[in-house]
Amino acid sequence: MSVADYHVRDTAIPEQSRQQRRAAMAVIAQAQADDIAHGLALVGGDIAFTELRPAEIGLVMLRGRIGGDGAPFNFGEATVTRAAVQLASGETGFGYVLGRDRKKAALAALCDALWQADIYRQSVEQYVLAPLRGAQEERRARARAQTAATRVDFFTMVRGEDDR
Amino acid sequence: MYVAVKGGERAIENAHALLADVRRGDRSVPELSLAQIDNQLALGVDRVMGEGSLYDRELAALAIKQARGDMIEAIFLLRAYRTTLPRFGASEPIETADMDIRRRISATFKDLPGGQVLGPTFDYTHRLLDHTLTGDTDVPPPITAPCSDATFRSVTDLLAASGLIEDETTQDGEIGDLTREPLSFPAGRDLRLQNLARGDEGFLLALGYSTQRGFGRTHPFAGEIRYGEVEVEFFAEDAGFAVPLGTIAVTECQMVNQFTGGTTEAPRFTRGYGLAFGQSERKCMAMALVDRALRARELGEETGSPAQDEEFVLSHSDNVQATGFVEHLKLPHYVDFQAELGLLRKLRAEFSQRGTGDDNTNAPMQDAAE
Repeated sequence: MSVADYHVRDTAIPEQSRQQRRAAMAVIAQAQADDIAHGLALVGGDIAFTELRPAEIGLVMLRGRIGGDGAPFNFGEATVTRAAVQLASGETGFGYVLGRDRKKAALAALCDALWQADIYRQSVEQYVLAPLRGAQEERRARARAQTAATRVDFFTMVRGEDDR
Repeated sequence: MYVAVKGGERAIENAHALLADVRRGDRSVPELSLAQIDNQLALGVDRVMGEGSLYDRELAALAIKQARGDMIEAIFLLRAYRTTLPRFGASEPIETADMDIRRRISATFKDLPGGQVLGPTFDYTHRLLDHTLTGDTDVPPPITAPCSDATFRSVTDLLAASGLIEDETTQDGEIGDLTREPLSFPAGRDLRLQNLARGDEGFLLALGYSTQRGFGRTHPFAGEIRYGEVEVEFFAEDAGFAVPLGTIAVTECQMVNQFTGGTTEAPRFTRGYGLAFGQSERKCMAMALVDRALRARELGEETGSPAQDEEFVLSHSDNVQATGFVEHLKLPHYVDFQAELGLLRKLRAEFSQRGTGDDNTNAPMQDAAE
């Protein structure tokens, strides 16, 4: 059975829930496979799922905007790995991550599926997402603070020769 | 013309084994790891990703190692690799306005919403060799400071608010892709920017420089240069919405150039745009200069300088194509050269029959193909 057969059965999902799911995916996309696996191990239980799409490496053409805010243009490609799984209870999860880490894409798909299942969402939030979020926010805050220390105030020197 | 040859298999095999040996070099020197290249030669990795047109730090580091630091060879390797992969589609356009800023400077306004942050830069260094780097170094962690929550509003945005600079059109038409269809002329700005984004840094640098020296002046100011991380989104058909793929580092340059306008439109600044993978500031600035120069005809300016010649610029910017054609001259051209030799001998025979030439022309020479 192909992935397309599972196409968009969740269009009725409210926007708020979609945003939360997207936010969870964003955290996973920026994490390391081992860290995701470490969190998932704590979610526990025998999770029954089938692989809808084994992890597959490909390309996505990245687009920019002309002038930063104009019409799109093709900027260059990036490697992306994708995977899809379905839980025995029916939830379909997708993993799309930059890079070529098959294990990470498969784990991302599993996290996405578990996040949609009411019985797992809380523990995915607690054991997988919360620690990753914390580490990522810390890393970002550190980088921003280091950047802030390079803030510069230029003063324009007045040329004196005309001011007699 | 290059004609296929046979033979030499053993020599080629041995040459490649010798290449592997010299690539590794002195075995008593520790071997480079990809993480070392990625971390400590990061700007080289950025360049290879940009001109290789493939964002993947580890692959770019591998290519640099395999190519022994020959950047164009590394870029070639990355381009070849990408052809082995299927393409899932195209991302949503990245929003550089939402960049997590690591560096943002402006040469046009000293006080900007969000301020100016220098970030990790070679600017204002003295360009003196630092001999302490000869050995292992013990680098202290960087200084930190409280950050403000102000957003880094872009300079073009500020100028646009008072109508002082041209707007970019946002209409979404067909987006050209030169990896799918060969370039034809005239090329739209989307295709030109794609070409420049993967174009050779040295070539674009020289062209940008030529516009500053008078060959197609544009009176540029570096309105803004920003470098940082942006999130990439991809509309996944199976998921049914735009999924986040992770973040990439990019450099953006907004060049603010002299005026357009006239009888029907008020005068305003024009724009040149540069965007590059990683921290690639020189490339990005050169790209913005050349982008603006290539708009000369559209803006009704005098044309004729090299940087304004779209076909010349876009046809010669790609260093993989360029090196392919230049370096193919190394391959056996024996048959072709035989024809040239034959013609030359005939001409020389005719010349000496006219009885004016010096007479060392008739020494027999072994044919190259014999």
